[in-house]
Amino acid sequence: MPEPLIQVQDLHYTYNAGTEREVPALRGIDLEISRGEYVAIVGANGSGKSTLARHFNALLLPTAGRVWVRGMDTQDPRHRQAIRRAVAMVFQNPENQVVATVVEEDVAFGPENLGVPEEELRVRVEWAMEVTGIASLRGRSPYHLSGGQKQRLALAGALAMQPELLVLDEATAMLDPAGRRAVHEIVGRLHAEGIAIVAITQAMEEAAQAGRVIALCAGKVALDGRPQQAFADEEALRSLGLDLPLMARLAQMLRERLPGFPAGVLTPAGMVAALKEQALSRGGRR
Amino acid sequence: MSAPQPLIEVRGLDSTYMRGTPLETVALRGVDFTVYPGEMVGVIGPTGSGKSTLLQHLNGLLRPQAGRVRVAGVDLSDRRAGLRSLRLRVALLFQNPEDQLFERYVADDVAFGPLSLSLPLEEVRERVRRAMEAAGLPLQVYRDRLTFSLSGGERRRAALAGVLALDPQVLVLDEPLAGLDPAGRRELVSLLAGWHRREGRAIVWASHSMEEIARLADRVYVLAEGRVVLEGTPRQVFARGDLLAACGLEVPAVTQVLLELAQAGLPVRTDVLSLEEALPVLEALLA
Repeated sequence: MPEPLIQVQDLHYTYNAGTEREVPALRGIDLEISRGEYVAIVGANGSGKSTLARHFNALLLPTAGRVWVRGMDTQDPRHRQAIRRAVAMVFQNPENQVVATVVEEDVAFGPENLGVPEEELRVRVEWAMEVTGIASLRGRSPYHLSGGQKQRLALAGALAMQPELLVLDEATAMLDPAGRRAVHEIVGRLHAEGIAIVAITQAMEEAAQAGRVIALCAGKVALDGRPQQAFADEEALRSLGLDLPLMARLAQMLRERLPGFPAGVLTPAGMVAALKEQALSRGGRR
Repeated sequence: MSAPQPLIEVRGLDSTYMRGTPLETVALRGVDFTVYPGEMVGVIGPTGSGKSTLLQHLNGLLRPQAGRVRVAGVDLSDRRAGLRSLRLRVALLFQNPEDQLFERYVADDVAFGPLSLSLPLEEVRERVRRAMEAAGLPLQVYRDRLTFSLSGGERRRAALAGVLALDPQVLVLDEPLAGLDPAGRRELVSLLAGWHRREGRAIVWASHSMEEIARLADRVYVLAEGRVVLEGTPRQVFARGDLLAACGLEVPAVTQVLLELAQAGLPVRTDVLSLEEALPVLEALLA
């Protein structure tokens, strides 16, 4: 059996551990993430989502329990560089992620620091700028880009590391609709190329696009399954401070009124398809 | 009946950042913007469209470089116009306002504004009580809560209570729901709508969420590249999906679903803005 990309075993993490202001954030997490998976992590504010994700590239180390990345224990400092290479992160606020004064140099910053040879560096940077659609901005100053452009730059910087896992920590929360759509398209393409994605999000609509949804509650895993399972029980979601995706709510309302309307519709595309099919079949019966 | 006096009247407003430098950036070009008492006005526009710049003119954080801004009878192009009385009438809640909480106890933070107005202590107390109640943080429960011990949603509401305690005529909100979890969003929406209804005060609400604006606003302004490109009721504005898409915006997801059905030749109305409105249309389609 191939080893999982990420393996988390009885992970506990406490902020300010051993002081008066101790705040337990993670309280016994067990999970595995495989190569190429697309996982959404959802949960109320303060449920531990970001704390968990920061363990995936050793930005945080367990207070108790273990985290392995491709079999490498994150506690072992000798693995730190290899882990950071395997797992790249993009955060919510693109302003805080800019490091260079020219777009192209900003993209090259990470791999250059890893000592990637010149020739390969150029190939990687070109590829990363191409995928994220910022090649035409290469000579610009990052500070004068729009929010959406800055976020695509942050994404390009992460991709230039050629990670096996890309962690997006509410990476689209501050973006306008077009910026959000652009990032989603890029992420979809990367996933299709085999890169694993972990997307932390407050938008249930976004989580519905993933292959697996993990819901955290007070530092523990409360739900873990396919979106169709995770979004099947509205009561359970509400008790976690969460909600149904908009289209799942509409589907539920339709199912209450029209027996036979299919279950498991979660996305606008799924809703359009289901409605077309239903309209055709019902029309056919008349 | 004569038309009511506008509370906020912006005419021909221009704004340019770093004027006279190579980095000069035009943020607003000839913007007209009106808010009547008691209205809920939505403002949408892509990043960099000038939304925040416009909002910052409404309480005098920015002074008009050209054009006119009148707020509650105060003409802001007049350099002598006092901003103090203006800021009592127009309260601005920035993005992530909880970052600006600074007192140790929640109630002290809420009291900061009214105290600085040198109101009688009795009045301050009453305002704090009402503002905290309106923000869903009843004083008897939250009086002695430490600010840092609040949850994300509570911190956001504490910041809201701080501006409500100023008893403003207009509440200006920049992405008030960003970063909150679904439960926190639901709660804040119902508190804001409740305050708006009860007090009959105006709200200006800027957001990247078309769903929010479609559901809550009486009237919507669409900004793009510093100009008002569209203004009207949500139904009028969201009927212009083509124009919105060209600006990097979109229609609410449920409207988009109906548009796609109509494009496929199915007989459905497309001027639908919410799930509640969509339901009878879809029931009729599938009946």
